[in-house]
Amino acid sequence: MHELLWLVPTLPLLGSVILMLGAGRLSTRAEAAAGALSVGFAAVIAFTIAGGFLLNPPAGAAYEQTLWRWFDVGGLSVTIGLRLDPLSLVMMLVITGVGFLIHLFATEFMEGEEGYGRFFAYLNLFVAAMLLLVLGDNFLTLYTGWEGVGLCSYLLIGFWWRDPANGLAARKAFIVTRIGDTALLIGLLLIASRLGTLNIAGAMHNAAQSWPAGSPLATLAAFLLLGGAVGKSAQLPLQTWLPDAMAGPTPVSALIHAATMVTAGVYLIARTHALFLLAPAAQYTVGGIGAATLLLAGFSALAQNDIKRILAYSTMSQIGYMFLALGVGAWGAAMFHLLTHAFFKALLFLSAGAVTMRLHHEQDIYKMGGLARRLPVAFWSFLIGSAALAALPLVTAGFYSKEAILSGAWADGSSGRVLWAAGVFGAFITGLYIFRAVFIAFFGEAHTEVSGRYGWRVILPLSVLSVLSVLGGLIELPPALGHVTLLSNLLAPVLPASKEAASVAPLLVASLAGLLGIGLAAVLYWRPARPPAETPLWRFWHAAAGFDWLYDRLLVRPVLWAAREGADDVIDSVYDAIAWTARTLHEHVRRTQNGRVRFYTAGLAIGSISLIAIAMIR
Amino acid sequence: MNMLLILLLLIPAIGGVLAWLSGARHPDWPRWIAIFALAADLLLTLPLIGRAVMPGQSAWITSIDLPWIPQLGISFELNLDGLSLVLILLTIVLGLVSVVISWSEITERVGLFHANLLWATTGVIGVFLALDLFLFFFFWELMLVPMYFLIALWGHEHRFYAAIKFVIFTQGSSLLMLVAILALVFIHQRATGQLTFDYLALLGTKMSAATAFWLMLGFFIAFAVKLPAVPFHTWLPDAHTEAPTAGSVLLAGVLLKTGAYGLLRFVVPLFPAAAHEFAPVAMTLGVAGILYGALLAFGQNDMKRMIAYSSVSHMGFVLLGVFAWNTLALQGVVVQMLAHGVSTGALFILVGALQERIHTRDMRLMGGLWGAMPRLSGFGMIFAIASLGLPGLGNFIGEFLILLGSFRASVPFTVIASLGLVAGAAYALLLVQRAFHGRTAAQPGSAKPYDLTARHIAVMGGLVLAIIGLGVYPQPVFDQVAPGLAALQHEGTPPGNTPMEGQP
Repeated sequence: MHELLWLVPTLPLLGSVILMLGAGRLSTRAEAAAGALSVGFAAVIAFTIAGGFLLNPPAGAAYEQTLWRWFDVGGLSVTIGLRLDPLSLVMMLVITGVGFLIHLFATEFMEGEEGYGRFFAYLNLFVAAMLLLVLGDNFLTLYTGWEGVGLCSYLLIGFWWRDPANGLAARKAFIVTRIGDTALLIGLLLIASRLGTLNIAGAMHNAAQSWPAGSPLATLAAFLLLGGAVGKSAQLPLQTWLPDAMAGPTPVSALIHAATMVTAGVYLIARTHALFLLAPAAQYTVGGIGAATLLLAGFSALAQNDIKRILAYSTMSQIGYMFLALGVGAWGAAMFHLLTHAFFKALLFLSAGAVTMRLHHEQDIYKMGGLARRLPVAFWSFLIGSAALAALPLVTAGFYSKEAILSGAWADGSSGRVLWAAGVFGAFITGLYIFRAVFIAFFGEAHTEVSGRYGWRVILPLSVLSVLSVLGGLIELPPALGHVTLLSNLLAPVLPASKEAASVAPLLVASLAGLLGIGLAAVLYWRPARPPAETPLWRFWHAAAGFDWLYDRLLVRPVLWAAREGADDVIDSVYDAIAWTARTLHEHVRRTQNGRVRFYTAGLAIGSISLIAIAMIR
Repeated sequence: MNMLLILLLLIPAIGGVLAWLSGARHPDWPRWIAIFALAADLLLTLPLIGRAVMPGQSAWITSIDLPWIPQLGISFELNLDGLSLVLILLTIVLGLVSVVISWSEITERVGLFHANLLWATTGVIGVFLALDLFLFFFFWELMLVPMYFLIALWGHEHRFYAAIKFVIFTQGSSLLMLVAILALVFIHQRATGQLTFDYLALLGTKMSAATAFWLMLGFFIAFAVKLPAVPFHTWLPDAHTEAPTAGSVLLAGVLLKTGAYGLLRFVVPLFPAAAHEFAPVAMTLGVAGILYGALLAFGQNDMKRMIAYSSVSHMGFVLLGVFAWNTLALQGVVVQMLAHGVSTGALFILVGALQERIHTRDMRLMGGLWGAMPRLSGFGMIFAIASLGLPGLGNFIGEFLILLGSFRASVPFTVIASLGLVAGAAYALLLVQRAFHGRTAAQPGSAKPYDLTARHIAVMGGLVLAIIGLGVYPQPVFDQVAPGLAALQHEGTPPGNTPMEGQP
């Protein structure tokens, strides 16, 4: 089955091409089939390959498939090749599995929208690019997928193109992440120039050989890759694009801005962990960025009323946890949380989408209310997702993955303890902000009429993701609770083992923090009242600590000003001045050619006399 | 006697005469004559693909050397290597494209139009072939005249201003080149006693460093104006904006490449030490062009002007890559030239099609065109993202290799240049937003705008395939130009300097 690996990214690509070429000629049914089934078949192949991989692991725990030689120039040879190892295997299953569920959901969610086929063309292209990103065996293939998902993110955020606000959000997402991408690209230039190869495994091997731990080049390379990661994963300081990205249709938010693309930064750092181990300063920074982002985003989520923005900040915050885990060397825990987060955050977005599609696209939680009884399917899905997000102990997947991260932080010395404390406080905030949304949106009085019914294409993905959000954590249990290590066993060949806290106390404290947050939410919002008063503090967090404002003043406005003022090309005015001088001189000199013989004779005489006078005086 | 290279020049030249004469009978005659002439050229060129790609072979695929004015050491010397070949292929293909997309746009003086188009093509092909400096200069001038008429006769509102500006800039700068050519020839004569304009003989002429610098500068300015490099670029936005669509396609796709070609073929190999000294200045101009062009592109309202300034930005990469002067950067320059020819040519065709439909290029009057013209908008989107350097499309390969090469020559220049990738995203996506997305603006044209016709779709489809092909499988291009570039590098690396290849 291994030989069919190339089909996994190719099928969605094919789906996308068919949808683009058939634009305007295919029926809605055909478009839905092409869109969902291409990813569905890719998922079937991916899971079959995974089965073979698990039962019968290939030598070296990796299977490589070279498709063709991209280029070989100046001593640099780059192939388009796929590499399936445990790390890319996990990512591939998430992308195709969760991806298919979201596609299925979208076939119903997007019904009746203008550009139905275009939507699936972009979404399929996204899946193909994302698969290329994780399966690519060299940095340039990875970068191709990396830019490809960025493009699809741009196209889908701006999917409803008639509203200029969506276009602005889409461009912001692309340009802000491109700043990070450029850092990544410079990192690739450095790696290619100094390590002599762009093959990821080869470069990591060469780095360990030629760069001592803590060497400036290793640190620089790691920081440049980190630049790419913070852009794509919406971490400080390039986090500002993600909340605006919610302008896209909700399935897009679920797939791209929750389950897959935004976790690409986590994948990149895990993939290049050998480099980060050589650069302790960069690795500390990863942990610090994670902790800072998870708190900032948690507070910001608390000050939002738009359900999708709450989830967007929540995503940012949860990826902060993954970065924290990477920072303390809990590589496996980061991937574990990436996995469970993909389940429960996709579930949360899809159930939020299920709510809004019955509520005339109303996204303000204060205009919802009382939905628990009227939309039970959406309610239970959202509740399960929220419980997993808030890490409700024992019964949710999110609990186990978050515990793995915090346990790794606790065990990582004194700096790890600081990160642990941030993570625990973050767990409290998480419980508070998500159950605030639950209580306000689903309890209390109804504010908006609901309409319509759900079909199976909505219910099935919600059910499957609900089950995964509950049971998905059982693949990895801490020593105190059964000690299952399926995931870490799988990842052992590619990721170093992470440390774990020896005692149970930190686990208990962290569990309590989450419960405390849920409890406080119940106290504060059980009887939801009016929207919050606009205090300065609320406004500060509502605007996510004012980063947008700052960047607008520091970067956007100066550039816009320069572009507007300079549009006429100052350099051309130099040439204009030359032309003007020539023309002016011409005008003056031309007047002397007036055709009057007396004038010419006078001139001749004056000239001759002057010359003679000069000659005589000298 | 191998007449092939002569035929490559004669066919479009005679085709031009026939097109002119036949224009009076029926406007379709010159169109078909132009297509046949260019197709014949293409058929002659195709069998040359894949020759001389083995390392160690001579870089020259074919050549011809006829005496012309032997008293002055001038001969009719044409040489074709891989670099010339790919650029000639680009010229012929874009020439064909220009004829096809002018079918409905050009209705006045059709015969003369196609005559000029073919003669401009002849001049450009000659520039890519001539290795006698006098002959080179002859073709260099020859391509200007028809281009002037294309702009001045079939252009838009300010066509005379733009055409005159184009001629003054290019003529003024080529005068410097002429002086430099003559000085070089006489210096060579004094040293060896042999009067010759033969490039191959003039290579390695000994002269003082100061002399070499001034002569190098004479050539450099002529080519920098044509490229164009900041601060000599200001003729380009006017010429592009005012030219008819085919003129813009030829200008952007082909004429600018003669500047890059000149830098590669003449400036560095003839004056290796001086060019090496001068490299920091040239690279500064390149980087300045990347950022300045992008900033100005961002600020334009006229769509053609915007694309023109984006060309300035893309050609900045070319200048950077030429003066990084290592294999990676030079191969990147070649791909960048081809990809820019395709993607910018395509964008100009789309603007032309748009102007035919809504009678404006002002993006303030556009918006929401996706609704009425999804195909045109979709193609526009593809070439806009090609322009911003998305991997998988040709422009990325060019920019990546140029940056990788220049990283070995100078890290600071490379880092600043890579900011151009962010700036490129800013203007390219703004173009998409202002033209195709957003609220549908009231169109000045009264009739409901119609989408691309089959003729345009075929052309655009072909260009899309070309840009994807360059992006995912550029190796044939690299193999084709490798021996030629290696020979140039051999000549163009000053003694005592090892080529900056770094590790593999």
